[in-house]
This record gives sequence, C-alpha cells and structure tokens, in this order.
Amino acid sequence: MRRSFPPLVCASMLAALWLVFMAVPTEREMGIVQRIFYFHVASAWVAFLGFFVVAGASAVYLWNGARRADRLAEAAAEVGVLFCTLVLVTGPIWARPVWGVWWTWDPRLTMTVILWAIYASYLMLRAFGGEDEAVRRYAAVLGIVGVLDIPLIMVSVRLLRGIHPAVITRNEGGSGLTDPWMRAGLGVSALALVLLAAWLIALRMRNARLGEEVAALRREALAHGGEAA
Amino acid sequence: MRGALAILSKDLRIEWRTRESLASVFVLGVLLLVVLTVAHDPTPEAAPALAPAVLWVSFVFTGLAGVQRGFLLERENDCLAGLLTAPVDPADIYAGKLAANVVLLGATQAVVVPLTGLFLHADFWPVLPGLLAVLLLGNVGFAALATLFSAVAARTRARETLLPLLFLPLALPLLIGAVQATQAVLAGGLGAAREAVAVLVAFDVVFAVAGWLLFAYVVRD
Repeated sequence: MRRSFPPLVCASMLAALWLVFMAVPTEREMGIVQRIFYFHVASAWVAFLGFFVVAGASAVYLWNGARRADRLAEAAAEVGVLFCTLVLVTGPIWARPVWGVWWTWDPRLTMTVILWAIYASYLMLRAFGGEDEAVRRYAAVLGIVGVLDIPLIMVSVRLLRGIHPAVITRNEGGSGLTDPWMRAGLGVSALALVLLAAWLIALRMRNARLGEEVAALRREALAHGGEAA
Repeated sequence: MRGALAILSKDLRIEWRTRESLASVFVLGVLLLVVLTVAHDPTPEAAPALAPAVLWVSFVFTGLAGVQRGFLLERENDCLAGLLTAPVDPADIYAGKLAANVVLLGATQAVVVPLTGLFLHADFWPVLPGLLAVLLLGNVGFAALATLFSAVAARTRARETLLPLLFLPLALPLLIGAVQATQAVLAGGLGAAREAVAVLVAFDVVFAVAGWLLFAYVVRD
C-alpha cells in the first residue's frame, strides 16, 4: 500500500502539471495567472478533507482509544494545515493581479483563515502538551469541536458581507469551467493532491509509530541499565 | 442536577469570599475599554458606531481571564481530583461550572456594557431588552466553549498561553454574530438582527451540548 504511493503521486502530479500548463486554455479575462486556480482550489478541497479526517479519527480515538486513530488525526491535522497554508499563499498571488488587492475580507477568505487558526492551535496543543494520554484526548476533543464550528463559521462570515462592499462578485466557481480541458485540469490536480496528502499522512503516521517504538525501547534500555548498576 | 447546583454554589461561594476574579475582571474591563477607545481616538459623532466592537472585544478578553482563573483554582491542591472522586457525573460538573461562569461573565458584562455606553456616547436605554437578550446569548455561548477549554488548558504545561490560542479561533463565529446583532439592535431593534441572533442561538446550543458530552473525556484520568 505504502509503496504504491510514490509512483501514483508522481504520475498524477506530472499529468496535472501537463494539463495545467500545456493543455488547458488560458482564461480570457484573467490571463495566465488564472492557472494557479487548479492548485488553489484543489488544495482547499484537500485541506477540508484533512479536517474532516481529523474529526472522524478523533471520534474513533475517544470511542475505542486506538493509537492508530490518534496518529491518523495528528497526521491529518498537519497535512490539513499544510494545504490550508498553500491555499492562503496561492490565493493572494492570484488575487493581486485580478482583484488589485492581496487580501480582502470576503466570506470565503475569512473562513479559510479562521480554519487555519483553529487547526494551527490544534498543532500547538499537541506541541505544548507532549506525549501524554490526556493530551491525546484533549486533541481529540478539539478535533471534534473544530468540525462542529465549521458550519457556524460558514454562516457567520456571511454576515460580514454587509459591511464589506462587494470587491468580489465573481468567485472561483464563477470563472466558469466551460472548457472540458479546464474540468480535466481541476479533476486531475485534485486527484494528484489527494494522493500526495494521503502519502504524506501515511509517512507521518509511520514516523509517529516509529517514534513511539524508539521511546519505548529507550525506556526499556534505561530500566535494564538501572538493574545492572 | 443536584451535583451541578452544589458545584455552582461552591464556585460562587469561593468567588464571593475572595472576590479576586471580580476585582481583576473589573479593572481589566475598564483598562481594555480605555485602551480600545484611546487607540481609536474617535470623534464624538463617530464614537457610538464603535460601541459594538469595543464592547465585545473587551468582554472576550476580560471574560477569558476570569474564566481561566476558575479552573486554575480547581488545580491547586488537586481540588479537581477531589471533585472527580465525588459521586457526581462529569456532565453535572460541566453544567455547574458552566452556570458559575455564566454568572461571572454576567458580572463582567455589568461592568463592560455601561462603561462602553459612557465612554462612547452610545445610548443603550431605548434598546435595553433587545441588548440584554443579545448579551445573554453571547454570554452563554462564550461560557459553553470557555468552560470546556479552560479545563483542557489548565491541565497542560503552557496553561496561560494555551487557552486564548484554543478559544479565540473557535469563538470567532460568536464574536461576529454578537457584534452584528448588537449593531442591528442599536440601529433598529432585535427584528433586524434575526440572522445574527440565529448564529448566536446555534452556537450556544451546539457548544453547550458538545461540552456536556465531551467534558467527561477532558477531566477523566
């Protein structure tokens, strides 16, 4: 399973790059910069997917205490924050030439930055808490509460539109993916990024498991060393 | 239910004997209002428009400091361990703590709200019933989330820094809804604030239920 990731990710990534930079026609109004859309939107999907995996794995961890579920939640949170960061980096690069500003408090942008902050704080909790069974439970609670917050964030940021006049009337979906090559480009880059995220999560889970084994071995060695002395 | 009431009266009695939280909440609330108003330096005509944002930002940071103390006290001398050995359901502990925090946050609001009106020339009297409803909804949602995460933060190493980090991003929908609802109430009564009030009600219900169900996993040893 793990060994099949590198060739799959490489192949789909190359296909996505070829589609986005060679096959897809240049968008009429926005020009060449619009091509960042294929990675920007796909990254947002992957980030969202990651956050829902965090919640699912967290619920399983609270249910049965399986260490695998906890490792999955932590890895998915890290990868989700990574892709959410990519969304927040590629977004302004696209926004500046098209909208004239690097950032605007559009509902979608506001929501992305709130989500980023929630899951960054999840990683802070893990980092501050250390390797402790209680901290894993706290993280699981936060993972579930974070997803419960998502619909509330979605509704509440819409209230903000009233104050901020519509800098944007056209959003990503409105760029109109009429060309079949454009749809293929988005589909394949989403597939490539989902596979990449899955690979990263698998590597990160293995890394965490090996770290736990090393810690256990070290404790054992210290215990034996103590006996010898 | 009786357990929750016992914890509520215990927390209120502890607070009333020292009045430390109330004192710090009072001073911090005044300070934050002064800081925010001075930083904005509004003209007298522009000042009332700032009232909703200044009110809720002051309330959030003052309330956070007050709620945080509540669980740090429980940590001293292992009081929480005692609480958990008592024959009380963890959900009842949550309900009792939540009620105590609602009272403390109500005291915070009693300081912050009149002073906001005073400092920013906002006339709250004509819209008082609607404003009180929004204040209560904001209070309960705040307490529901903060009670859960103050218990989390108090039991990790970096307690003081961790609570704002965990709480603030999750509470942003509440802050947005509360500020928008307050604006609408000041502009034309509660009817204009229907959507914002719906966000507040949903926030209160979701996190009161989530906290009630999840609290056992936080305090269990």
